[in-house]
Amino acid sequence: MKNSRFAFFAFLILTIGLYSCGMEDSKSNQNSSNDDAMKSTEAPAKGQSAVVDNVSDANVLQVAKSLDDFSTLVVAIEAAGVEDAVVNTGPLTIFAPVNAAFDKLPEGTVAGLLKPENKSTLAFILTNHVAPANYPEKQLKKQAKKGRKLYMASGKYLVVENKDDGIYVGGTKVIKSVKVSNGWIHVIDNVLVPE
Amino acid sequence: MKRILKSTIAIIVLSMVMVACGPTTSKKGGSKGVLSGSQAERAYVAPGEHDEYYGFISGGFSGQLAVYGLPSGRLFRVIPVFSQDPEKGYGYSEETIPMLMTSHGFVPWGDSHHPDISQTNGELDGRWIFINENNTPRVARISLETFETEEIMEIPNSAGNHSSAFVTENSEYVVAGTRFGVPTPQKDIPISEYKSNFKGSLTFLKIDPENGLMNIAFQIRMPGFNFDLAHPGRGDSHGWFFFSSYNTEEASTLLEVNASQNDKDFIAAINWKKIEEYVAQGVGTMEPARYAHNVWDDHTHTATTTMEKEVLIINPEDVPGAIYFLPTPKSPHGCDVDPTGEYIIGSGKLAATITVHSFSKMLKAIEDKAFDGETYSIPIINYEAVNYGSLEQPGLGPLHTEFDTRGNGYTTFFISSEVVKWNIKDLVVIDRKPTFYSVGHLMIPGGNSRKPFDKYLVAMNKITKDRYLPTGPEACQSAQLYDISGEKMELLLDFPTIGEPHYAAGCPADLLASKSVKIFKLEDNTHPYATKSEADSKVVRKGNEVHIYMTMIRSHFSPDNIEGVKVGDKVFFHVTNLEQDFDVPHGISMLGANTSELLTMPGRTETFVWEPKEIGVWPFYCTDFCSALHQEMQGYVRVSPKGSKIPISYTIDEEVPGEDL
Repeated sequence: MKNSRFAFFAFLILTIGLYSCGMEDSKSNQNSSNDDAMKSTEAPAKGQSAVVDNVSDANVLQVAKSLDDFSTLVVAIEAAGVEDAVVNTGPLTIFAPVNAAFDKLPEGTVAGLLKPENKSTLAFILTNHVAPANYPEKQLKKQAKKGRKLYMASGKYLVVENKDDGIYVGGTKVIKSVKVSNGWIHVIDNVLVPE
Repeated sequence: MKRILKSTIAIIVLSMVMVACGPTTSKKGGSKGVLSGSQAERAYVAPGEHDEYYGFISGGFSGQLAVYGLPSGRLFRVIPVFSQDPEKGYGYSEETIPMLMTSHGFVPWGDSHHPDISQTNGELDGRWIFINENNTPRVARISLETFETEEIMEIPNSAGNHSSAFVTENSEYVVAGTRFGVPTPQKDIPISEYKSNFKGSLTFLKIDPENGLMNIAFQIRMPGFNFDLAHPGRGDSHGWFFFSSYNTEEASTLLEVNASQNDKDFIAAINWKKIEEYVAQGVGTMEPARYAHNVWDDHTHTATTTMEKEVLIINPEDVPGAIYFLPTPKSPHGCDVDPTGEYIIGSGKLAATITVHSFSKMLKAIEDKAFDGETYSIPIINYEAVNYGSLEQPGLGPLHTEFDTRGNGYTTFFISSEVVKWNIKDLVVIDRKPTFYSVGHLMIPGGNSRKPFDKYLVAMNKITKDRYLPTGPEACQSAQLYDISGEKMELLLDFPTIGEPHYAAGCPADLLASKSVKIFKLEDNTHPYATKSEADSKVVRKGNEVHIYMTMIRSHFSPDNIEGVKVGDKVFFHVTNLEQDFDVPHGISMLGANTSELLTMPGRTETFVWEPKEIGVWPFYCTDFCSALHQEMQGYVRVSPKGSKIPISYTIDEEVPGEDL
């Protein structure tokens, strides 16, 4: 109710504004004001994720977007509005769940998280997959060996373990590691839901 | 959250309305003069928006070249050219020190004057920008892809390389004319023997069209006049170069009086195409000389200095028909050629007129031999025979003229502190606007080409006085931006500059922006001490030299704990930035090192030297705020006494880099 009233109000301001400008336009025969009006209807300036750069190595988001297996993750990143954070200079280490990992969640979970009202919950879950640090595979092994936990952007800690078949983070196995311009992507097949 | 969203929408809506209305109101205010909002809006570039033009304004006695956006006047970058720049490690790192080598040894400072952008077919092509150094005569070439100095050529037989660094319309040559007459080659003689013993060299540097590399093709040994400024012919006058001169009196003392005696000095007209033909036929004498040629390489990321040993000298009497003098009143400074190439404008600093010579009349005069004798074997063309006309009483102290596409010249007047717009053909003043104060040169982007971009004019002032908040006895230096798109000029903006804003060149932003280099590819790095992966980082002792092959990546150095260094060692930090991400340089500085930091771009290797004098454990750290963990990017070097038996060791996180767990 409040929202619709607000929207109506905004519409009103806009109409009045445009109308009064229109009058001025016809009087002074301006041609530039139309261009400026067009410009002003654009969304507010985007953050770093909007930077066009085809020369640097790909960052976390660019790599994730280039692979079909991360389409759910990419949708979630965008829905949570954290796309600017994952392209940040970091350094960042991201444990990236593949689509199948999201499928493992109880039915309806993903759809629910993608709803606007759950934006902050979704963001919290995603930040539990991001360490503000530079952890290549070797460093992960070392963390495990030394019993050092990983501090995640969610504020939670994840345990790293060296097992016979590989490295485990938060109980799930690192399937593959990819160097990206702003850190590392480690592919996992479970979502690391914060406790 | 919702509230934030709502207020955001409200702001957007509101600004939409305001922006939409904005220009209408602003145009209405256009006639209200400088104090109305209109000027501010026209120089305003909104956050996140880009400027329409690049302005390259020399830093004068700072020795550098500064890059501004126009119309905003925002400073983007100071390109170090002739002076050390500790902020960027230029002239401090082992790789860049050779850039500042000269025949006089390492010179840490220079006086940069006249930048000029390379051209193709008389139009700006945006490949390179050239700039001269006055004190230790040099010409530099700067890449407009990296915005870094790529080459510096010292000019032999020259002193005060002022009449430089202007390029011909296909960038065949960049010129370097000497401001001082000097004994050539140098010799130990009384100063009073100036006349006929002192010479003025006009040097033509050939530019390699592929890579921009310069070499001195020939040097014309002119009489010992003082060559001031120069501009190339274009269109029909392509193939000629025009140099203004003063002190045709050949005085060596109290020039302010003694060099102002003659009613007319000369503009020297040089037919360089003809001289090229003479040179091809073997004319000229190769003479011994010694001058440094410094070249930067973006693969080795290192500069090298080559000492050149000879230069081809052309004497005017050897090249008949190639050199003429055009009499021009009262110590001409500016020597400017309009976009058509027909008019050569001489601005006598002390003259009550602006002199306009005609190229076509000059050719006719040469054909008719309309000469008033000769001096030092150079024919002096009859003034009336070459002169198109004069702009009478335009102001006091004319200096420099640039041009629009509508047949107008814009001339600065130092003494009367103004810019005057005038029609060249009609020789009438159209408009005049004050400058604040004592303007020197001015710049219209492309103003020295066939195709000026005549929307803005930048006036560079010598005196600022009360224009800004005071900062002690040294007032800030200043430039002013005028809108010249209309009949009358309008002052839009004052903006402060570095050094002395001596002279400038400008071009449309889209000529350069898309090709600006973002990173250096690590795979293309052929620096002998490049370390391309952390696993390869190491420390090697060679006698008392210790070479650290160090890498940098967000957010650590490798190695970061080093032991076994001793007092008296010479420690080389060869640091490679492993990043391949735009705008992620790393810096490094070492406590106790007698040098600057390094600021290393992605993919590049740089070196600084530290000679530890005291035992202890000394830290180094990253100086550029590279990442969230920038503050953690640091390390230690342990320094033991001379003669200590502690071997070199190096680790990161208690492991030797590259060793498997």
